[in-house]
Amino acid sequence: MDQLLYSAEVVLNGLMTGVMYALVALGFVLIFKASGVFNYAQGVMCLFAALTLVGIMNGQVPFAPLLSAITGNRIGTFGFTVPAALAVLLTAVVMVGLAWLINMLILRHLVNQAPIILFMATIGLAYFLEGLGDVMWGADVKVLDVGIPQGISESVEAWTHAVFGYGFFIDRLDIVAAVVATLLVAALVMFSQYTRQGRAMRAVADDHQAALSVGISLRFIWVLVWSIAGFVALVAGIMWGAKSGVQFSLSLIALKALPVLMLGGFTSIPGAIVGGLIIGVGEKLFEFWVGQLVGGATETWFAYVLALVFLVFRPQGLFGERIIERV
Amino acid sequence: MNLAETAPAPEGHVTPDGRRIGGVLMEMRNITLRFGGVVAIKDISFDIREGEIRAIIGPNGAGKSSMLNVISGFYVPQEGEVWFRGQRRGPMKPYEVARLGIARTFQNIALFDGMSVLDNIMTGRLTMMKASMLEQALWWGRAEREEVAHREQVEKIIDFLEIQAIRKTPVGRLPYGLKKRVELARALAAEPKLLLLDEPMAGMNVEEKEDMSRFILDVNDEFGTTIALIEHDMGVVMDLSDRVVVMDYGRKIGDGTPAEVRSNQAVIDAYLGVAHE
Amino acid sequence: MFYREAGDFKTSYRDDGQTFPIRLDRWGYYALLAVAFLVIPFVIDNYWANAILVPFLIYAIAAIGLNILVGYAGQLSLGTGGFMAVGAYAVYKLTTSFPDINIVIHVLLAGIITALVGMLFGLPSLRIKGFYLAVATLAAQFFLVWLFNKVPWFYNYSASGQINMPERSLLGQVITGPGTTPAAKYLLCLVFAVAVAWVARNLTRGTIGRKWMAIRDMDIAAEIIGVNPLNAKLTAFGVSSFFVGIAGALFFAVYLGAAEVGEAFGLNKSFLILFMIIIGGLGSIFGSFAGAAFMVLLPVLLKNVLVGGMGWPTDLAAYVELMIVGALIIIVLILEPHGLAQLWRLTKEKLRLWPFPH
Repeated sequence: MDQLLYSAEVVLNGLMTGVMYALVALGFVLIFKASGVFNYAQGVMCLFAALTLVGIMNGQVPFAPLLSAITGNRIGTFGFTVPAALAVLLTAVVMVGLAWLINMLILRHLVNQAPIILFMATIGLAYFLEGLGDVMWGADVKVLDVGIPQGISESVEAWTHAVFGYGFFIDRLDIVAAVVATLLVAALVMFSQYTRQGRAMRAVADDHQAALSVGISLRFIWVLVWSIAGFVALVAGIMWGAKSGVQFSLSLIALKALPVLMLGGFTSIPGAIVGGLIIGVGEKLFEFWVGQLVGGATETWFAYVLALVFLVFRPQGLFGERIIERV
Repeated sequence: MNLAETAPAPEGHVTPDGRRIGGVLMEMRNITLRFGGVVAIKDISFDIREGEIRAIIGPNGAGKSSMLNVISGFYVPQEGEVWFRGQRRGPMKPYEVARLGIARTFQNIALFDGMSVLDNIMTGRLTMMKASMLEQALWWGRAEREEVAHREQVEKIIDFLEIQAIRKTPVGRLPYGLKKRVELARALAAEPKLLLLDEPMAGMNVEEKEDMSRFILDVNDEFGTTIALIEHDMGVVMDLSDRVVVMDYGRKIGDGTPAEVRSNQAVIDAYLGVAHE
Repeated sequence: MFYREAGDFKTSYRDDGQTFPIRLDRWGYYALLAVAFLVIPFVIDNYWANAILVPFLIYAIAAIGLNILVGYAGQLSLGTGGFMAVGAYAVYKLTTSFPDINIVIHVLLAGIITALVGMLFGLPSLRIKGFYLAVATLAAQFFLVWLFNKVPWFYNYSASGQINMPERSLLGQVITGPGTTPAAKYLLCLVFAVAVAWVARNLTRGTIGRKWMAIRDMDIAAEIIGVNPLNAKLTAFGVSSFFVGIAGALFFAVYLGAAEVGEAFGLNKSFLILFMIIIGGLGSIFGSFAGAAFMVLLPVLLKNVLVGGMGWPTDLAAYVELMIVGALIIIVLILEPHGLAQLWRLTKEKLRLWPFPH
């Protein structure tokens, strides 16, 4: 009975982690659907967004480490702090600007290239952004506190204790993340269903040529999609950053969105969510039951191996359609 | 006319232009191919005889390309039997079919864009190369001998198709007509028993079509290669082929010499458009 | 004018198929080999060996390996670091278990073991394509690193979890361990690099190379002309991993001497090798060398300029390097997807006709 309750707690925690994975995966899916680009840099975009947010909140001077090195003076902060809400807004603006730059400087010049070339370009982008984030804001581990409640939720513990005789430990941050993720997905669905830009976005995802022929600007849609993906990255960055601090490992955690996508299919938003939950729960349970026996830390690879094994048996993913090859 | 039967052609008969038509090389028996609920080919039978040029014609969506894909092993039909050189061919991978001696070209050119013309044509002979991995790694023994020997054969085909000048050009840079010719060269390099041509003249101008027709006739004449082709240009088909299969909506509606097919009422209806019941 | 091929006629197909068909190229190549074998060993010092030449040669071997998989066979892999780790741990286990056997044999065996592991992880490539495969190779990367980290048998139960290369000799000369001379390290790596490049060139110009390229350019058409896709992909994974394994073995045994798996063979190593072949040129043996040289020299150069010249902190220089590398990858992909090798080819075309371009 105890084991079962433990497992249930592990599953619940896994679900919460899965929500976070799904958040990152969402950004991938958006970009892939609209522009066919498999954006490896999505994880680093989360890191970059989180770094920028912390930097703005702390009133850090952008490029302070670089400026100090060049001028020889120690440049640090402006000496004021920015309220969280305003900082989030400013960071969102930065992410939109970034989206525009990526389109102007990179994607425009790589139209009609093989998808694998675009993929490798986004790996280059990931490296660039990682370096840029460090040069702009410094590479030290930062604490991100935008006022999200943290720590073990006592009410959940008390309630479950009363019902099952065993109190579940659940981080309040995880609960907030789950709620935020749900709201975000709902907002995205509303946007794509009920606004003009949303419909244009879906049209582009369906067929580039056809969308062009009815007068939709591909370039605008791409900037839009990358902006939204940047915003999603910001949200994911806030959640992960608040949970485990803003540092490089954030982009490695975010990399787990890749196996999530392999499970769910690159083009399916429900797939991203379900895939995220499966991997979140799967890796926690695996670590709980098997990990202890083999030395632990199985979370580093479990998601990838699971996705690999799964794909061998179902190459189109959970929600993808069967591909008929033609010549 | 009984459509289930194949139009008769006397064995060992000699065409007016002096080519010898042999026995049955390939026979399709009651082939049915479905994609989900869509029936692409419905109960079709016909044969291809050694040394002949056999055309498959029909309006768009008639199932011609699907038929060619069945012959080349890319699609496996749900019903029916495929016989090749007197043996029933079970379900096979496409690369196994290639090793039986069936080569083909594609409607939308399928060349290897990153490789030179010469390398593309050399790939046609891959199935004949026997050098082991170790010999190749050390460029020793059969590896070098084979390379030179096959190069000589390939050069003959290059001469035959008159593409000497472009042999070292990357295929991606060639114009459409030449690509079609390189693709033919690659298929010929395999020295196939049966050569399948999927719309060899699609998108060509009159001059290029004449060239291509000449090459097809010469291949058939000089190497004795059996050819099955799909083509839209009726004039070309009637000039080139010994016998014609006509398809419409996945069924066979005619089979015979060009003259017979031309006078077949069902064929005329299909092409001029009569309401389908 | 100075670089020309006029009058350099080929009278047999054998001559026409050789690696350096132009006489001048051939001479240049022989001259380079002569310098590499007969001059450099006598002038090399510790700095040049450890900072530049030895890592350059080892990375070139790894880059050739990855280029066979990505550039020739078109199967993108992000697991190079993991496969290098297999080579490193294989040579460590072999040489500590059988100390009397020649280290060169151990290095080759390490390559074969890596080839087998590579083929195992290559098996899914028959069903998984493109990005899916790239992500699947991440499974190899993370799993292998974890395995070598967590299973004590692999590091002979050492307390630190590190592996340390014991001293081994070849022809009476110490070639691994702290007492090795720079010339010995360099020559061992040079022999391997030249041999690997020669074998890779032979494989890619013949039957198997055409199979790989056919699969890369259009897998369906390749299958229809008679290429067995499983065979082509698995040989690509096998040969590629064989070279990568040799590189990993040398990287540990000759270059590092002691290694901790996550640090030496992490995901960043996979990307480093991938960047080498992107910048050097996909599908080019020469490009693998050029890319390796570039990626080895760039940090040295930046360090000298930014840290040594301008007095920047080391970590800042490292971040700037990340930005430069990232930007370079993008620029190369936009301007010249075939990398340095193509630039070199174009330069030669120009030189060939110079000064009369028409």
